[in-house]
Amino acid sequence: MSAQPTDLQDERLTINTGLSGAIKKSRDRIKSGDLGNLPVIIGLLIISTIFQFLNPFFLSSANLSNLLMECSAVGVLALGIVLVLLVGEIDLSVGSMSGLSAAIFAVQFVRNGLPIVLCILLSIAAGAFIGWLYGQIYNRIGVPAFVITLAGLLGFLGLQLFVLGATGTINLPFESPLVQFGQQAYLGHTFSYFFAIAIAIARFGLGYYGAMTRRKAGLSAPSLISLALQSLFIALSLGTIAWYLNKSRGIGWMFVFFIILVVIMDYALRRTSWGNSVFAVGGNREAARRAGINVKGIYTSVFILCSTLGAIGGLLAAGRLAAAAQSSGTGDVNLNAIAAAVIGGTSLFGGRGSAYAAPLGMVVIASISSGLTLMNLNSSIRYMVTGAIVLLAVSVDAVARRSRTSHGRG
Amino acid sequence: MMSSQTVTSETVLSLKNVSKNFGAVAALTDVELDIKAGEVVALVGDNGAGKSTLVKILAGVHPQDVGVVKIEGQEVHLGSPSDSIKHGIATVFQDLALCDNLDVVQNLYLGRQLRGHRLDEVTMETTAWELIRQLRAKIPSVRIPIASLSGGQRQSVAIARSLLGNPKLIMLDEPTAALGVAQTAEVLNLIERLRDRGLAVILISHNMDDIFAVADRIAVLRLGRNNGMFMAKDTSRKEVIEAITGSVDNAVTQRAEAHSK
Repeated sequence: MSAQPTDLQDERLTINTGLSGAIKKSRDRIKSGDLGNLPVIIGLLIISTIFQFLNPFFLSSANLSNLLMECSAVGVLALGIVLVLLVGEIDLSVGSMSGLSAAIFAVQFVRNGLPIVLCILLSIAAGAFIGWLYGQIYNRIGVPAFVITLAGLLGFLGLQLFVLGATGTINLPFESPLVQFGQQAYLGHTFSYFFAIAIAIARFGLGYYGAMTRRKAGLSAPSLISLALQSLFIALSLGTIAWYLNKSRGIGWMFVFFIILVVIMDYALRRTSWGNSVFAVGGNREAARRAGINVKGIYTSVFILCSTLGAIGGLLAAGRLAAAAQSSGTGDVNLNAIAAAVIGGTSLFGGRGSAYAAPLGMVVIASISSGLTLMNLNSSIRYMVTGAIVLLAVSVDAVARRSRTSHGRG
Repeated sequence: MMSSQTVTSETVLSLKNVSKNFGAVAALTDVELDIKAGEVVALVGDNGAGKSTLVKILAGVHPQDVGVVKIEGQEVHLGSPSDSIKHGIATVFQDLALCDNLDVVQNLYLGRQLRGHRLDEVTMETTAWELIRQLRAKIPSVRIPIASLSGGQRQSVAIARSLLGNPKLIMLDEPTAALGVAQTAEVLNLIERLRDRGLAVILISHNMDDIFAVADRIAVLRLGRNNGMFMAKDTSRKEVIEAITGSVDNAVTQRAEAHSK
């Protein structure tokens, strides 16, 4: 006689087993407002259809491969924004941070001839230091993050121009590792299939191990079949993407690097006590404080991470552009990063979101940008469309939130 | 079944000469209090009587100016919330201090998750279930956000969290103030179970029904001083209210008279 797992014993729980159960559970979730990533996926489908109709080149392998590379730099910025949004704050200066980091790198590498690793570390250290500074001002003096980072936006743009000096733009040599990484580094075709399969196997292995540990402790766990199906799905979808993109240049290493950062951040947010504390501070700062969480430390760590990711994003952008310019990080970089985080599902009020919001939202933003560029429309239309999409995304989330609270899904 | 009170109950908490001033206001003057293991002591008094000040002193939010606090006979200094927790005092504040966006397990382990680098979700989840079963709280799942639980269930989670550190004394500040009839009964059952486990419980409440339902003793504060210690089964509401308001002829008795006419 097998005992019911400890966490499924309450009579009030509706237990859905098997494939039909999983489908029913998803339907219930959607009806009660827990849309998850459904709006983003539907949005992407609509965008793809519209743009493909307007210009058949949109969904071509070459365009999509390029799109993934293009979205990585700002995507890293968006990842930093997600972290700050999770604690209910904002960082308006990520764009300036990325431009400044590119400028510092270019000056040290091209003008002063320092070794490339040192230059990269300098830029990243600048990011970390600025984030730490934000943390100190926020914690000790109590200036709202909106104002501090607004000052940073202007101040560090000025610093960027100062660092670049009279020349304005510093070109990076084409053979340098950073530019190669930004423009030429793609996954080998065979390697990409290995990679896809390796990810699927890893997913299965980790899932299996987790399920075993849970079952041993008497808790419910996903079945072997569902794990296998999940891994198969991952292998097939990643493999198909790789196959399609390999028709042109393939999957860029910069994009893979971005995703690796996302996976690391996701682990930190969901599987460490630091991550728990971030969500706690975002959800109820006072409760977190009374529980003994070092709230000030959490804020500082989040600001440091955001600015550091901003610096890394700046380096990626410089590699892609093969230059550090006065315009690096200006314009709509800030807004795109924030919009991407929000479209991907991060709440502006803190406490809700995930690291995967960055790549999801970024793909949407980059798709719009790419589609509109292909249509030869100028930036005015791009701004208007992006603005409308951000409003739509946040509205959908707001309506879903009301439905969520009334259905008890928080 | 032997009740824990037939064994010599040791004094868990002893307050002597405790005074606290806030500027010119004497919030507490020369307060004395003894709590034994396995008993429920209700701490009552009107607004301004000094109850919250006393709770905050014991919770480590701010220390007393004068006086001695002893835990199990040892004098202690409660300079911060972690001091209080270390010495076995758990406090459940009126607003519960829970995070709505987190689930039950995460709230239970708020600030003290197991194995920080790679959260031990399985142990935390099984311990959560054990605690909930022990408290007989009917919570259907520990992985749903706290926001979707009822008031009584949230109260259970807050109390369960305070039990995690194996405290000797639990202070409950107005636990039933926002609850309905059935939920109040659940919480009162919980309090009795805590007492039966050998914990010392301080219950701060304005609700006479609740107090007379579970308290063993009733300590009255008035204007920052002790104004009576009553055995619940030997006293009446009238006596307690007289001690709270400080006079035989008070607003409560006047109402009673007016309505009986």
